[in-house]
Amino acid sequence: MSDNSGNGTGFDFEITLDGEKVGVRRGESLYEVSERHRKEIPTLCYDPRLEAFGGCRLCIVELDGARNPVASCTMRAEPGMRITTRSARLDMHRRVLMEMVASENRDMDVDPLSGYASQEMAVLLDRYDARTGRFAGARSGRSRPDDDNPFILRDYENCISCYRCVRVCAEQEGDYAISVMNRGFETQITTEFEGLLGDSACTFCGQCVQTCPTGALADIKALANADVPGETEKTRTVCPYCGVGCAVDLMSRGDKLIGVQPAMDGPANEGALCVKGQFAFDFVQHPDRLAYPMVRGEDGELHETDWDTALDRAAAGFTAAVENHGRHSVYGVASGRAPHEAAYMMQRFIRGAFGTNQIDNCSRA
Amino acid sequence: MSNPLADMDKPDVIFCIGTNMTECHPVAATRIKRAVAQGAKLIVADPRRIALAEMADIYLPLRVGSDVALLLGMAHVIAREGLMDEDFVAARTTEGRDFVEHVLEYPPEWAESITGVDAKLIAEAARWYAKAERGAIYYTLGITEHICGVDNVQSLCNLALMTGNVGREGTGINPMRGQNNIQGAGDSGALPNNYPGFQDVLDPAYQAKFAAAYGREVDLELGPTKVTALDMCGDRIRAMIINGENTVVTDPDREHCEHALRSLDHLVVIDIFLTETAQLADVVLPATAWAETDGVCSNTERRVQRLRKAVDPPGEAKPDWWCVSRIAQRMGLKGFEFESAKQVFNELCSLSPIYAGLDWDVIEHGEYHWPVPERGHPGTPILHQGEFENGRGIFQLIRYRDPAETISEEYPIWLTTGRRLPAYHTRTQTGRAAGIEYLLSEERLEMHPTDVSKWGLEDGGWAMMSSPRGEVRIKVEANDRSPPGTVFASFSFNDVPVNFLTGGGYDPITHTAELKVCPVRVEPV
Repeated sequence: MSDNSGNGTGFDFEITLDGEKVGVRRGESLYEVSERHRKEIPTLCYDPRLEAFGGCRLCIVELDGARNPVASCTMRAEPGMRITTRSARLDMHRRVLMEMVASENRDMDVDPLSGYASQEMAVLLDRYDARTGRFAGARSGRSRPDDDNPFILRDYENCISCYRCVRVCAEQEGDYAISVMNRGFETQITTEFEGLLGDSACTFCGQCVQTCPTGALADIKALANADVPGETEKTRTVCPYCGVGCAVDLMSRGDKLIGVQPAMDGPANEGALCVKGQFAFDFVQHPDRLAYPMVRGEDGELHETDWDTALDRAAAGFTAAVENHGRHSVYGVASGRAPHEAAYMMQRFIRGAFGTNQIDNCSRA
Repeated sequence: MSNPLADMDKPDVIFCIGTNMTECHPVAATRIKRAVAQGAKLIVADPRRIALAEMADIYLPLRVGSDVALLLGMAHVIAREGLMDEDFVAARTTEGRDFVEHVLEYPPEWAESITGVDAKLIAEAARWYAKAERGAIYYTLGITEHICGVDNVQSLCNLALMTGNVGREGTGINPMRGQNNIQGAGDSGALPNNYPGFQDVLDPAYQAKFAAAYGREVDLELGPTKVTALDMCGDRIRAMIINGENTVVTDPDREHCEHALRSLDHLVVIDIFLTETAQLADVVLPATAWAETDGVCSNTERRVQRLRKAVDPPGEAKPDWWCVSRIAQRMGLKGFEFESAKQVFNELCSLSPIYAGLDWDVIEHGEYHWPVPERGHPGTPILHQGEFENGRGIFQLIRYRDPAETISEEYPIWLTTGRRLPAYHTRTQTGRAAGIEYLLSEERLEMHPTDVSKWGLEDGGWAMMSSPRGEVRIKVEANDRSPPGTVFASFSFNDVPVNFLTGGGYDPITHTAELKVCPVRVEPV
C-alpha cells in the first residue's frame, strides 16, 4: 500500500532514472518503474502477468554503486537508487546477448500469426543489429513434429528457454502441464514423460502460444491461413462461448476470419482464454452457415427464397394466428447467445405487437 | 454474480458448489486456482470428483439433488456453534430468529443421512466458511437445474446472510452464467415477468411506462415461461418465433419438445445454422453470427461490453434484431424503424433504470458493471454494499425435498448431465470448429469401474441407457470421476440425445428443468 508520504502522488519514495527523479511505489521493480516512464528496456523472458524471472538478462541496467549491470525485472527499487537504462556498455551487452540467443535457433523470423508475442525476438535482433551469426554452432531444443495436436505447434528448435510457456501454464492457468528438462544446450520444454500434449494435463488454452517470444510455440490454426492475401486486421470483441466474457482480438484478412488472440487488457480475462475461445472460432465461416432465407413449400420441404417472400410469410403467419386464435397465441423465445439488441427486439416485438408478456429466453434449459 | 471476477482471488475461503468451473468457465477457474495457490482454502461440493474437487481442501461428495440437506447441515453447525455474524444479521437481515430455530432441527448427522457426506466434513466446511474473513460462494447449473433450484439458491443466500459474507470485496453469492449473453437476454427484458432492466410486469407504474413507450396496451398478467408455452403448443399457442436456440436438443424430454413444435401452425426460426429446431420451421431466417455482428453483451459479472463486426456475413444473412423488426414492419406495425444496433441499444438504455447511465458510446471500453443508474455513475462491481435492494436480507426457511424422480429397482442409477471443456452445448459451433474433434470425438457415459462390472458392461463397449421417457445408445467409459451409483453424460452430441431421458420435473417457480438428476437403467447391448 502507498502511504502517500510527502507529495500526495501515491508514490512512496524516489529514485533517479536516467538522471531524472521519479516516484516509486514500494515493491516495484526497477523494470516496472522504467516501463512507466517508457524507457523501452528490452526483455525476452518478461510477461507482465508473471513473476519476474531474470532469465534473459536483456533488461540489465546500470546501478550506481554496483560493479556489474543488474537485471531490472528482479531488482526491487530502493529509495535513492540511481539507475541508467541506456549506455554504450548496456547496448554492447544486450547485443552480445541477442547474438547468443539467436545462435541457438533455427529461424530468426516467424510469421506474426504464430502468436501474440511471436515477433519479440526478431524485433530485438533488429534493434540491436544482432543478426551477425557470430556464434553459429550448437542449438538447443528438439522440435516435436510427432505431436499431432491440431492447435499448438511445438517447434523447439526455435526455443530460447525463456520458460514463459512453463510459467504461464503454472502461474496463470494453474495447469502445470509442461516443465523444463535438462540444462544448457540440452534444455527442453516437455510434458510429463516427454509425451504428447494431448496425453498431458494440457487444456489447449493456448496461453503458452501467445506468450512465446519466438514462435517456437505457435498457433497452428492461424498459421494455416498464412497464405490468405491481405493485411491482418484486428477487431476487439468478446468471446462467444460461456458467460465469463473474455475480450479477444479477431484476426481477419478481407472477409476471411483467420484467428483469435486474447486481449491482454481484456477487463474480464486479462489475457487468458480457454480452448474454445482461442481455437473454436471458425464455425462462423463453416459452409453449413445459412446464407439465404428459407420457407417451407407445398412439398413440405424448406426452400431458399428472397427476403421479401420470407418476411411476408413470417408476418402473415403471426397475423393469421392473432386473427384466428387471439393475440395470446403467439410466443417468442430470445437467445442467450445473440447480443442485447436481438433479445430487446424480440421482447419489443412480443410486447409491442401483441401486448403480451409471452416472451422468454433460453436460460431455463 | 454479486461480486466481480477480479474478486475471485481475494477470498480466504472459497465455496464452490454445483460448478464444474475448470470445464465450463475455464478462465474464471484460473482465478480460483491462483487464489488457492496463494493460500485460500477451497471447499468443493459436487457429486463428481471434478478437477476443482481434486484441488479442494475439503471435498463434499454429495448425492445428486441433495444440496438443500447439505446446506441445512452447514447452517445448523454455524448457528449451533455461535459462528453467525450477529452484527450483520441484526443490521441487515430479517427473520433471523425463525431461521435459527428452523436450522437447529437439521444437524449434520441428518444431512449425512441424505447426502452421503460425512457429518464431520459438513461441520468442518461450515466452520471454515463461517470463520472466513472473506468467504465467497460460486455456483452454476448444478444448483439451479433441479426441482428445488430456487431452494438451493436461497439456501446459499441464507449461509451468506448468517455469516455476513456479502456486500464486501472477495465475498458474495456468485452464479457463473453459462452463455455469453444469457445475462444480457434477461437485462434486455426477454422474460415473461420482467420488462427490460428487471422491471416487474405486475407493477402498474411499469405497465404504464411500457404502454406509453410501445404505444399500445400491455397485459397486466405474467406471461408463461417457455417450458409452459411448449406445453401449450397446438392449444393456446399457435405461432412461435425462436431466435438462436436449438430447443429440441437442449430442452429436456426431446420427444415432447419436438411434438410441441410440430403442432404449431406457424414457426419462425432465426439462426446461423439449420439446427434440428430450424428444420421444423415454416420460415427460417439466416442471422449474422458472432464476428459479423455489432452489438452488446453482459457477462456473468454484469459487465456490459461491445461486440464488434470483423467480417461480412455469408450471402444475405442479417442481424437478429433486423429480422424481428422487419417482420413487425411487414405486419404493418409502427415503431420498428430501427436502422442500427446502436439505435436499438440506446432505446434499451432509455427504458432500463439499471442502464440509465449507459449508452452505445459510453460502453466502448467495457468498464461498467450494471446497475449504472445515471450518467457519470462509476457502475456497481459489488452488489448489496450498505443495503439490499429491497431493504433487508430475508432468511428463507427451506426444507429438503427429494428429486422429482428417485432411483428404484427399475431405474437404479442416478444420471447427471453437464458440459465438457472442448464442446459447447449442442456443438452447433464447436462441432464445426476444426480440431475440436481431436479432443472430443464422441459422447461417452462416465461410469465408476465397479458399476461397469456390476451392470455387466465393458469399458469402451456399448450400452443402452433408459429412463421413463426414452432410451439412448451410448458408449461406456470406466472412470472414477463419478461415484458408484451415479453416471454422467453431456447433452452435446446429437447422436447420443441424452435429453430424450431427462425432464422428470421442473422447479415450480423458475420452471427450470431437473437436468441434473434423472434415474436411469444401463444395460449392455
